[in-house]
Amino acid sequence: MTYALEARGLRREFGHVRALDGADFDIDPGEVVALIGDNGAGKSTLVKALSGSLAIDSGELYSDGKRVTIDTPAAARALGIETVYQDLALAPHLDPVQNMYLGREVMRSGLLGRLGFMDHAEMKEKTQRAFADLGATVRDFSAPVGAMSGGQRQQIAVARAAAWASRVIFLDEPTAALGVVQTRNVLDLIRRVRDRGIAVVLISHSMPHVIEVADRIQVLRLGRRVATYDAKKTSMEELVGAMTGAINQEAA
Amino acid sequence: MTTATEPEQDAVADEEQPKTALQRLVGAQAFQILGVLLILIVLFSLAEPAAFLSVNNFRNVVVNVSILAIIGVGMTFIIITGGIDLSVGSVLVFSGVVAAKLMEALGGQGVGVSILGALAACASGTLWGLFNGVVIARLKVPPLIVTLGTLGMALGAAQILTGGIDLRGAPTVLTDTVGFGRLFGQIPYLSLIALLVVVIGAVILHRTRFGRYTYAVGSNDEAARRVGVKADRHLILVYTLAGFCAGLAGILNLAFFSSTTIAGQSNTALNVIAGVVIGGTSLFGGIGTIAGTVIGLFIPAVLQNGFVIMGVQSFWQQVVVGAFLIAAVYVDQVRRAAASRGASTRRSLLSRFSRPSGARRKEAQ
Ligand SMILES: Nc1ncnc2c1ncn2[C@@H]1O[C@H](COP(=O)(O)OP(=O)(O)OP(=O)(O)O)[C@@H](O)[C@H]1O
Ligand SMILES: [Mg+2]
Repeated sequence: MTYALEARGLRREFGHVRALDGADFDIDPGEVVALIGDNGAGKSTLVKALSGSLAIDSGELYSDGKRVTIDTPAAARALGIETVYQDLALAPHLDPVQNMYLGREVMRSGLLGRLGFMDHAEMKEKTQRAFADLGATVRDFSAPVGAMSGGQRQQIAVARAAAWASRVIFLDEPTAALGVVQTRNVLDLIRRVRDRGIAVVLISHSMPHVIEVADRIQVLRLGRRVATYDAKKTSMEELVGAMTGAINQEAA
Repeated sequence: MTTATEPEQDAVADEEQPKTALQRLVGAQAFQILGVLLILIVLFSLAEPAAFLSVNNFRNVVVNVSILAIIGVGMTFIIITGGIDLSVGSVLVFSGVVAAKLMEALGGQGVGVSILGALAACASGTLWGLFNGVVIARLKVPPLIVTLGTLGMALGAAQILTGGIDLRGAPTVLTDTVGFGRLFGQIPYLSLIALLVVVIGAVILHRTRFGRYTYAVGSNDEAARRVGVKADRHLILVYTLAGFCAGLAGILNLAFFSSTTIAGQSNTALNVIAGVVIGGTSLFGGIGTIAGTVIGLFIPAVLQNGFVIMGVQSFWQQVVVGAFLIAAVYVDQVRRAAASRGASTRRSLLSRFSRPSGARRKEAQ
């Protein structure tokens, strides 16, 4: 069995804080894995390490069983990995279309394109379609996203990652700021993305959502994976126990 | 770029209703500042219709703005990235000196010599810009410090090359055409060149991917990096572009004054920065237009011209421009506060006494 993405023994220190302390992680294609843990457990650090925006001190990464290094966002992108960061990582002065296509601008055809001119109509149309798929409540496609609500910004970040992911998508608390309907939409989107054969990593503090949408649940504690559960066969109590340290499956 | 200077409840309503292109235009700071400029022109025209309202006088003002506008194009790019360039005046002088030295050495008054001189000036400016960019982007030294350093270095180097005495050896073919020549006897070539640079700069900034990345890097460089934009490389290119503009301004300055004006450019960078900021480009990055810069540069020039004609001591111009500058930055602050959601009018008022609201919002994200 080869995983879509696999990490072994990742370490990363910030000064004296061991954000990742030999963390393992794995996910199959078309699988939804929830990554849970207390505040500061190292979830976001793990996501950044796996999407090329944070260097690791040591550890091994495999994509489809092949050893890879993911040291830049471009390297992650080349492997089909997309990420919704906890801080969203949008450019506040750019509009939703510009953010959606940042770093991936559609150029005009021919000479104009080679001179650096972009095909704005095309980008706008595709963005509107992606947002409609998500049921996003973004209406003004030419206002700066900095002027939009936290939930609208989150929808933009989710739509962007979903549009570009081809292997793995990381969602670091993608519903934290969302309303009930939009949260539903994101959970539905997760299933649809999974049905495309893409591996989905969901980070969330909402146990009901996690149990509802995930196939497997991996628990991170103090920078280390301490337990993995089948979502069908676990309970809220078990998950909380693992997060707080009462249960430790992987302790040798 | 939209502004939302209305109270909070309006801002919320705005979000649901997309703004029309007209609303956006009217809301842009560049547009508002254009209104201010027109008011100034009307006032001076009423006060001194004969002297102020003449083709000759307008041509003078335009020529005075031309060289600054070329530098302003590069400066606008830099300030949109959240940077600054204090070295442009010195780089202008240095480029003029290199061009003058070269043309002197080659001798003659010909077209070929002039072209070589122009190329030398542009190359000198480009290299200074490249140096600025590399130190800022790769070595992570703050732009203010780097360009303060190159301000001294470029000026010092120019003085070493000349012994501190202005060179006056520009070929006549250069001064007669680019310096004083006019198309159809009416439109100064100098201003036509500036117009060309402004139009090209505006197209690059507002229509191309290069421009898009300029805004992105200034808006949130980490976000740009995470989607694979080579932010460092882009910064280097932007500073290099600004250096090129200063170099081009150097040869035009030489052609216009027939002198390298070594001692005359100490305020150039600050005047350009003032124009850029008055025109609505935000010092905190992510916001700005070339059109705004051009309008912003015309305001001090029109004030200067109008005051001279009215016989007001021209020192007043500095006072008024200073006030304009502060007002422009104040408006920008209010706009940023309104744009960052959740900041009520009262809180943003408070924030004006503490920290730029832009910084607060970036942290909050
Ligand atoms: N850039 C950084 N500099 C210093 N310390 C950091 C940095 N990033 C993370 N840390 C530390 O690493 C640890 C793990 O942080 P991380 O953000 O990964 O936690 P998390 O599991 O995502 O928490 P949360 O649920 O609150 O999002 C924390 O102790 C944090 O203080
Ligand atoms: Mg986190």
